[in-house]
Amino acid sequence: MPAEPVYLDWNATTPLHPAVREAMLPWVGEYFGNASSLHRLGRRAKTAIEEARSRVAAAVGAHPAEVIFTSGGSEANNLFIKGVTAPQKPGIFAASAIEHPCVLEPMRQLARQGWALVEISVDGAGVINPSHWREVMEKRPALVSIMAANNETGTVQDIANLASGARSAGAWFHCDAVQAFGKIPLNFRSLGVSALTLSAHKIGGPLGAGALVLDKRMELSALIAGGGQERGLRSGTENVAAIVGFGVAAELAVARMAEEGARLLALRETIETRLTAMGATVFGYGACRLPNTAYFAFDGIDGDTLAGQLDYAGFACGSGSACSSTHAGPSHVLRAMGVSPEWARGALRVSMGLRTTEDDIKAFLAAVGNISSKLKNLSAISA
Amino acid sequence: MLKLPIYLDYSATTPVDPAVAQAMIPWLTEHFGNPASRSHAFGWEAEAAVEKAREQVAALVGADPREIIWTSGATESDNLAIKGAAHFHQEKGRHLITVKTEHKAVLDTVRELEREGFEATYLDVQKNGLINLDVFRAALRPDTTVVSVMLANNEIGVIQPIEEIGAICREKGIVFHVDAAQATGKVDINLAKLPVDLMSFSAHKTYGPKGIGALYVRRKPRARIEAQIHGGGHERGLRSGTLPTHQIVGMGEAFRLARETMADELPRIRALRDHLLAGISSIDAITVNGDMAHRIPHNLNVSFAYVEGESLMMAIKDIAVSSGSACTSASLEPSYVLRALGLDDELAHSSIRFTLGRFTTLDEVNHAVDVLRRGVGKLRDLSPLWEMAQAGIDLNTVQWAAH
Amino acid sequence: MTYSNKVLDHYENPRNAGSFSQDEEGVATGMVGAPACGDVMKLQIKVGKNGVIEDARFKTYGCGSAIASSSLVTEWVKGKTLDEALTIKNAQIAEELALPPVKIHCSVLAEDAIRAAVDDYRKKHGEK
Repeated sequence: MPAEPVYLDWNATTPLHPAVREAMLPWVGEYFGNASSLHRLGRRAKTAIEEARSRVAAAVGAHPAEVIFTSGGSEANNLFIKGVTAPQKPGIFAASAIEHPCVLEPMRQLARQGWALVEISVDGAGVINPSHWREVMEKRPALVSIMAANNETGTVQDIANLASGARSAGAWFHCDAVQAFGKIPLNFRSLGVSALTLSAHKIGGPLGAGALVLDKRMELSALIAGGGQERGLRSGTENVAAIVGFGVAAELAVARMAEEGARLLALRETIETRLTAMGATVFGYGACRLPNTAYFAFDGIDGDTLAGQLDYAGFACGSGSACSSTHAGPSHVLRAMGVSPEWARGALRVSMGLRTTEDDIKAFLAAVGNISSKLKNLSAISA
Repeated sequence: MLKLPIYLDYSATTPVDPAVAQAMIPWLTEHFGNPASRSHAFGWEAEAAVEKAREQVAALVGADPREIIWTSGATESDNLAIKGAAHFHQEKGRHLITVKTEHKAVLDTVRELEREGFEATYLDVQKNGLINLDVFRAALRPDTTVVSVMLANNEIGVIQPIEEIGAICREKGIVFHVDAAQATGKVDINLAKLPVDLMSFSAHKTYGPKGIGALYVRRKPRARIEAQIHGGGHERGLRSGTLPTHQIVGMGEAFRLARETMADELPRIRALRDHLLAGISSIDAITVNGDMAHRIPHNLNVSFAYVEGESLMMAIKDIAVSSGSACTSASLEPSYVLRALGLDDELAHSSIRFTLGRFTTLDEVNHAVDVLRRGVGKLRDLSPLWEMAQAGIDLNTVQWAAH
Repeated sequence: MTYSNKVLDHYENPRNAGSFSQDEEGVATGMVGAPACGDVMKLQIKVGKNGVIEDARFKTYGCGSAIASSSLVTEWVKGKTLDEALTIKNAQIAEELALPPVKIHCSVLAEDAIRAAVDDYRKKHGEK
């Protein structure tokens, strides 16, 4: 058992990068001004926010004026979906069935006010089903929201292609890129999306900061009204420290992406090869997936139990979706992929990041081997 | 040696108390879990920290921890409370009441609801900034569902008669929301007794970090609101989004400190504020804006006649203060709060809000008085208006050249 | 609000601030602007027998740019004839002080103040 617990839940949240922390600390210290104040403490905060805005914009190839800071990914998704539909007469909108709840829930909320929500199906690997996609586009939806990469399976969608299809159908295209950002290249221009959602705490940045990257031509109603910060699209005193941290984290994440991606992909392959050999099923296998994410289940082993045993052995993994704190049922992502509820209940997610080492993975695989055979024996006895 | 600029803008934001920063640091280093992660200790310890902070926030305001919902700040809390309650009760009625001197976060939210078809009454205030209860009663309608009145005003610091307004709302079954962003740690708040249904809080006005706030949602009798940010169902479904542990821990610690230090801190700050007022009073032709009796001890708002606002700010650039609310001061509009007190545009423009706080010293106040005396003196020496006023000319009778 | 160094210099060290007595020989006064607009400028010129502006004074209620514009104008009009003084244009003032677009009106007001002072002089001395 390792001395320090090994953190393998980087898709839930990431440790703050030390350079990010260093950049943030002065802003919870001596530089405490309110960015709306006209005196020098305020102006200094304002300048720092604008520098961070440029950094985040550069990380996704957008113009700084297209970046709206929010309190996180959930708020950014809500802002776009509610903000773009608010001035419209209710119509049809669509999202993939595997979207994060902070995309699906605001849409379901709007569905109560007259909007018709179409959930676009995915195949067994979690990839958008092309024939259903075409069928939905023929309905001429006003808005389509598809995530760049899924938080559970890591499955990556062909966003540029989907966005172009949505555009031809006359729809706005929103892309929740919270999990993809910093892990695969994203270029706001070449993706051709109307809006992109980003979050700081998934890329070594702090909790409490996110952004909506919004096409300049888009008109949006604000979700939070008030002092008119963020071009009137997001009122409230800016969280300067977190925004500064976000800027640095975005720059660092993109800079290390290629190298890190290759390193983590090799580790993921080790994990998946060994797990398959142990009899596990890997979800999303064969699809293009994030290099850091492996999602799997053993026949007859409950995912929560396995996660609990692993935690006890010093390995922190995710079971099901770590972002949802309400429903404990089997993952809606796996159900949409056609995975049976029994298999889905066995799901365990390993997501890696900057600090994950080869030794960590070796130790983890050894622990999984021990625990899974122990649990299998137990279930064989009880059966 | 004084450190310049002298910060007298504590109502715009406060420095993070060093003790608060210390409490936050571990959550920015080794304890980084997502409080919603249920499968490992990183998540559990973050969740425990979040719940401890919830108790600390509740303790300062006499609430049950289960009545505290985390938000990104008071602006979001105001939006959630007012839109949430108005939407929830819209079958019952669609009339809202608020006050002309509320923060933009309240006024803009109500305006947005008006665009959706709600009706709103914006109450006038008296010359001293306080609501007249008879005016309030007269504004009530059978279809009034939500009333929003702030506890302490951000610009002039006056304290509204919340208890009385709340009692009237309670009697009529109207949801009563109070923006208390400027009041925590400055006024005793006991929600166990106060007839308030929803109350907004901010951390960064009370020596906590920016980007975190809370909404109090009463359990008995239950205040009902609709969520504004949907998703993972955090905060009992009322506010989705990953909780920023370090900020929440910071707010908890800040509110704990406020509760612990209030009794000593308030008289000290009041004495400094009164010293500032005494010093400024030696300057001719000044007006203090807002009632001095019903007021937080931190605030002083003064108009300097015959001096233009922007040049006044330049003259006192070594003192960090606000001319009007920090959130609207980027525009050249005169403060709508001071306008509501009956000040004309010129006087509103030449008004300064001084807000003192935990780290303000007597030396700083003395220095500020010196700078003000010199600055106002210099600008009045340059002011043709002052020259005319001194010569006994009534400026209102002057025919000004069209410009 | 960020000001140019020249604005700051005139604001910190205003040139020719003050007033002449109205009754003094050769003194004329131009007052422009209104308190409600946020700026009032009073420009006084003292014109010698030879028709040349010998001295000038100003008082201004307004922002730093307004104070700087009027301070600058008192320097520029000195030594000029009335007609020469009238050739001073707001664009020159704005350029000299590097005024941002939102402050151009201050230079316009300063130009107006020169015109008003010259008009006052000519009225008093029965010219045109």
